[in-house]
Amino acid sequence: MSAEPVLTISGLNVDYGTDAGAVHALRDIDLTLHRGEVLGLAGESGSGKSTLAYAVTRLLSPPGVITGGGVHYHRPGGDHVDILSLAPRQLRAFRWQELSIVFQGAMNSLNPVHTVHSQLTDVLAAHRPELKKRQRTDRAKELLELVGISADRLAAYPHQLSGGMRQRVMIAMALALEPEIVIMDEPTTALDVVMQRQILRRLVQLREQLNFSVVFITHDISLLIEFSDRIAIMYGGRIVEQAGAAEIYRDPRHPYSDGLLHSFPALHGPRRELTGIPGSPPHLSAMPTGCAFHPRCGKAFAPCAGQIPLLAPPADGPGRAVACHLHA
Amino acid sequence: MTSDQPEHARTGSATTRTGSGPAPTGTDVVLEARGVTKHFPLRRTARDLFARERRSVHAVDDVSLRLRRGTVTALVGESGSGKSTVARLLAQLHPLTSGEIRLGGEPVVAGRGRSFRRYVRRVQLIFQDPFASLNPVHTVRYHLTRALKIHGRAGSGETELEENLAALLNRVQLTPPQQFLDKFPHELSGGQRQRVAIARALGADPQVLLADEPVSMLDVSIRLGVLNLLRDLKERLHLAILYITHDIASARYFADTTLVMYAGRIVEGGDSERVTQHPAHPYTQLLIASAPDPDRIVADEEQEETGTGEPPSLITPPAGCRFHPRCPQAMERCRTELPPRFDLPEGQWAACWLYDGAAANGTEPVADRTAVKEATR
Repeated sequence: MSAEPVLTISGLNVDYGTDAGAVHALRDIDLTLHRGEVLGLAGESGSGKSTLAYAVTRLLSPPGVITGGGVHYHRPGGDHVDILSLAPRQLRAFRWQELSIVFQGAMNSLNPVHTVHSQLTDVLAAHRPELKKRQRTDRAKELLELVGISADRLAAYPHQLSGGMRQRVMIAMALALEPEIVIMDEPTTALDVVMQRQILRRLVQLREQLNFSVVFITHDISLLIEFSDRIAIMYGGRIVEQAGAAEIYRDPRHPYSDGLLHSFPALHGPRRELTGIPGSPPHLSAMPTGCAFHPRCGKAFAPCAGQIPLLAPPADGPGRAVACHLHA
Repeated sequence: MTSDQPEHARTGSATTRTGSGPAPTGTDVVLEARGVTKHFPLRRTARDLFARERRSVHAVDDVSLRLRRGTVTALVGESGSGKSTVARLLAQLHPLTSGEIRLGGEPVVAGRGRSFRRYVRRVQLIFQDPFASLNPVHTVRYHLTRALKIHGRAGSGETELEENLAALLNRVQLTPPQQFLDKFPHELSGGQRQRVAIARALGADPQVLLADEPVSMLDVSIRLGVLNLLRDLKERLHLAILYITHDIASARYFADTTLVMYAGRIVEGGDSERVTQHPAHPYTQLLIASAPDPDRIVADEEQEETGTGEPPSLITPPAGCRFHPRCPQAMERCRTELPPRFDLPEGQWAACWLYDGAAANGTEPVADRTAVKEATR
């Protein structure tokens, strides 16, 4: 896997609302997605992980506004695109073609009154007008088989498919134009574990075949550790830690990452008493001063309440970053 | 405090019983289901009329389980496996198609009105979604007062009621109670709301709590807090808890006994540790192989393809074992004959033909894929 970046986010800020009552949903997000990698984005509700997905694709609807920072996409050739300054027409061409997104609750994102065939070919008709009708149908069949659904289900309506199949149709749609980046916002939360694993394994295989990059957003960190290469953990609108999946698992540095890892009972190994994290996640409109995690943190000390820790590599661990005064 | 009197009385008697030995006796069983079956009839179409068919969804078939005082029993299954229906049947929210529910050894059929209320006083249900199960226009005080009054535990007079309310909130660790009593549900976080829902259930001073996915709507960092609270309540109040979940790892963490349900039938049961570490039924093995497990990162490449396929339609469930179309070890017999329970060592049992005669030989579960994988690593 090369370390060539495909998407760079720098200093991204997103607010909801513009006046004095605006809440800061994302603060100073710096994140790089490399070509061919699966980047996991973990966080609880309200941590800003979905907002980040929407901001990057410029799908953020009012009152959400991007108040600062930049998002750059790097084409394989080397030239790069400033996503935040694309004109509407360029943006339309860019979306799906180069970056696609599978939404949260995607199983219900299919239009119930259209067949899978018409929904799959619709995107081809819009982005690849040179294709003939026949070619579009062939491509749609190919796509379905890619995600493990037999091509004869093309004529089916969404209600005739199971939840797992609908989810796979959504993934097939996202891959229809062979984008460089696929963002998956909680793609499997509504599914059962057996189906979840089937779909994710499929996705990993497809990633190897087609060499796209994935941003995988979920609250289930044990799933991320298994399926992603690198993980960024978000809390209160900021990235608090970023490291390789195995590093996060073996040696989490931020107390929140540690708490999150200890919130999932293990299936194997000794049975331990787990405590979760005391308190509850902060509300965006009442964000604690300093480090947003300090009221729930067992290791909080003097500077935590007043000073916001910056995301920086810890002294002993290059290649990773953590935003915590303990490691400053 | 008046509200605590029955609790102390009960705790006292139960402690003496636990002191006499860890082996549960028949008297410990509070709520029992025997061969409980529920079919939901479908609306008849013209074709059904011609074919003289009465089609129905076989949501729950022949489910037997026992909830014991002071233990947590987990019921694990995928969505659509019928696990929530079992909770609703045990709460007497639906009439049974066949079978029997026994409370304290007596068969009960709670109708509506008084007999139903008498039943729910002893068996309380906690729902999955604390955002929907509390009325948004009423305060915590209203919700709890109502539960206490309905079940005749409000005490006499204002001060006693206040004391009882405070005791309830203290019990679910919402302290200080005064800070929460006059809050509306929207002012509370998800975890706090679920605690209010639990407090409301405790307002009836029940013997059985049926918890239908009590933590799956909560943020991950606070789930364990709620589970630990339920365990604490189980120990202090000697409640029998049915914990319904899709997360088998949390069943291992929280429950004493685990039952695994597939397509309307219970396929395996036993001690939680035993069921999760040595799963006997191929479905349980599939479930465990599919659960997210960070330890697996190393071995991901060599991992075999976990099962394929999906749960069957419950309108026309497969003959024989309902898992046979997906089962890697299906035999001819599985397609036609329904497997009965086969007893395995250490109180474990599985409804699978693989174990026909296994108990007699005292053999270990033969198809222990997870254990094999652990050993080879």
